[in-house]
Amino acid sequence: MTEEQRQELLQQLLEKQKTGKLKPSERYEIAPQEMPEQDALARRSNVNEVTLGYSEEQARLEAMRCLQCKNAPCIKGCPVQIRIRDFVAAIAEGEYSKALAIIKENSLLPAVCGRVCPQEVQCQQTCTVGLKFKDPTKAVSIGRLERFVADLDQDNDSIPAVAAETGMKVAVVGSGPGGIVAASDTRRAGHDVTIFEAFHKPGGVMVYGIPEFRLPKAIVQKEIDVLRKMGIKIVPNFIVGRTRTIEQLMKEDGFDAIYIGVGAGLPRFMGIEGESLIGVYSANEYLTRANLMKAYDFGKGADTPIAVSKKVAVVGGGNVAMDSARTAVRLGAEKVYLLYRRTEKEMPARIEEVHHAKEEGIEFHILQSPKRIIGNEESHVIAVECLKFKLGEPDESGRKRPIPIDGSEFTIDVDTVIIAIGNAANPLIRQTTPGLEFNKWGNIVVDENCKTSIEGVYAGGDIVLGAATVILAMGQGRIAAAAINEYLEKKKISGH
Amino acid sequence: MSHKIVSKKQLSENVFTAEVEAPLIARAGKPGQFVILSINNEYSERIPLTIADADAQKGTIRLIWQRVGKTTAELSDMQIGDEIANISGPLGKPTHIENLGTVVCVGGGIGNAPLLPITKALKQAGNKVTSILGARTKELLILEDEFAQISDELIVTTDDGSYGRKALVTEPLQEVCQRDVKPNQAFAIGPAIMMKFCSEVTKKFNVPIQVSLNTIMVDGTGMCGGCRVEIDGKANFVCVDGPEFDGHKVNFDLMIKRLDAYKKQEQNAYMQYKKHKCKIGLDN
Repeated sequence: MTEEQRQELLQQLLEKQKTGKLKPSERYEIAPQEMPEQDALARRSNVNEVTLGYSEEQARLEAMRCLQCKNAPCIKGCPVQIRIRDFVAAIAEGEYSKALAIIKENSLLPAVCGRVCPQEVQCQQTCTVGLKFKDPTKAVSIGRLERFVADLDQDNDSIPAVAAETGMKVAVVGSGPGGIVAASDTRRAGHDVTIFEAFHKPGGVMVYGIPEFRLPKAIVQKEIDVLRKMGIKIVPNFIVGRTRTIEQLMKEDGFDAIYIGVGAGLPRFMGIEGESLIGVYSANEYLTRANLMKAYDFGKGADTPIAVSKKVAVVGGGNVAMDSARTAVRLGAEKVYLLYRRTEKEMPARIEEVHHAKEEGIEFHILQSPKRIIGNEESHVIAVECLKFKLGEPDESGRKRPIPIDGSEFTIDVDTVIIAIGNAANPLIRQTTPGLEFNKWGNIVVDENCKTSIEGVYAGGDIVLGAATVILAMGQGRIAAAAINEYLEKKKISGH
Repeated sequence: MSHKIVSKKQLSENVFTAEVEAPLIARAGKPGQFVILSINNEYSERIPLTIADADAQKGTIRLIWQRVGKTTAELSDMQIGDEIANISGPLGKPTHIENLGTVVCVGGGIGNAPLLPITKALKQAGNKVTSILGARTKELLILEDEFAQISDELIVTTDDGSYGRKALVTEPLQEVCQRDVKPNQAFAIGPAIMMKFCSEVTKKFNVPIQVSLNTIMVDGTGMCGGCRVEIDGKANFVCVDGPEFDGHKVNFDLMIKRLDAYKKQEQNAYMQYKKHKCKIGLDN
């Protein structure tokens, strides 16, 4: 469909809507709007963003697909309960500032979430349109619409209002999505907020983990700039637990409350032979070298090297596995295999990432997983020995349990292996914070307000939930910030 | 906050030391810990360096490094007053210090630098300290005077016999282990190969040994796992589980190979840097 045809269709639909004559069946007939994206072959050799965003006509047509359900099941599917129905309606009307304002009531980072949220298992899973077509990818593209209004940048210069200074100090540990929200919300209440970041650059997983081609760094930078303009201090290279402990921050440095949002940050390995060979990476290391340290520019300015690979095996089926595989392609690998021990149906990755990975030539090897990694005399990886799997009964996670098939071993020649099977809890805070309660997996124990076992200390995101998403971390940052604001209010009144 | 170099000295052909402003790290740092630095913000690589000494009052830490690649060469070319963009730390678990009785501390090359604060702390805790310092040749021996002040006994070796005893450090280490009063604990810091052989020697005499590993790292907080080493067959992270480990359990052969993972790329980068430097020199 050309842009003119879209415009014409949109006008007809709007006319009908105005007179109340637009029937749901006519809304169902509007074709789901495809997002324009970079050509699959071209993007294999650049790190620019893959998806290019909706045009105005596309966005409005997509928004017209929304049935405006009375019960708005989409809102129940959203971890932070954005008033989705209303912002979609505003887009259909062409009222973009209003749409953005509605989103920002509940979410601080729409440009990020519009890009990286797993909508098909959240808002789009419960969307009536998607249910009608029995396919969440045919639901109203809520994420793309969110991105559309966020990218219009209509509130570019608006800095959230900050209340009168309270004189209370809040420390936020970690500058990922949860930390950003916690910092912003506590600063808005007038507290003196400092973010401590272990890396030399703020942004957490959004800068070291999620690649440029999926989330441009400029978007994250803009959000960080907003925090600074609000008067939030950001201290990089500061490792809470080592540079200063939680106790020191509270007792010696005068912080009245702390939010811990340090992320998961301890990559899991499989525990198989050969995992310490040269050429075996955790996805965290591979992505950090490529993204944060810009190893793709090694020799052209950047000083951090990364493996020069021809054949790469990525182990795992989540977004991080897709990110790793697609990064390997962009770093020049000729063959990239994705090994996953269940089937595509069980993959935790977003459908869009799986789709993009396949388009970019990544070979999916499902029902396969490494048994050991084989090296040469120089301890360089030369192959992975794999086992084939079949699916059994569902396990605790509800997914069918993979069962290895005896005697099914075979090898694949590779020079690089990237392990992307998740993270365990980082031990740094645990090692250095007596009195803080952890569960048996090393995650911080919190109540429904994200409050920990230490008074004034709150926590959220991966270090509490295990593996979470950007939006879940943001949601917890918001809950914790509300609890901190309340706690500090009481503290002020009681004069302590 | 950037970190100003307040003093700098060349200790030997390729070994340099500098005092750098880092007040928080100077206050928090303990023997055995290290920092990760990067010279500039955008493109610089992050490298781990041990804290050789810290002055909490002055707010400075002392770093000692060997010029082996581009980043260490760049660092060597920096002058007093220049600023290092990023230093984070202190990282790693501090050395466990207690009065163990008799201890032997073995340092090789620039390993003497991180060994010094540990030896000092062991001495202060009441241990009887024998220090063994080794270098390839006389010019490369560092911190001898400092060790002399805090050791009950000091043995110096050089590979070529140009100073002290002509031997590898393992020779006097073996003799010390054979004494009637066997050391209760050995510490060794130096090139991986030296720590490997020190571990083998002490094993023969059932003397426990702590080694401090300096592997390739990115974040230094447990996030990337690039620093992993095999301890008793299991992957451990040097940055959060170490940097010190029981030398008898370390898979040194694998670790030594992993240290060379980027050798080719690093050599190319270093060559390019040197070429670039030469050109600048000609322009002047």
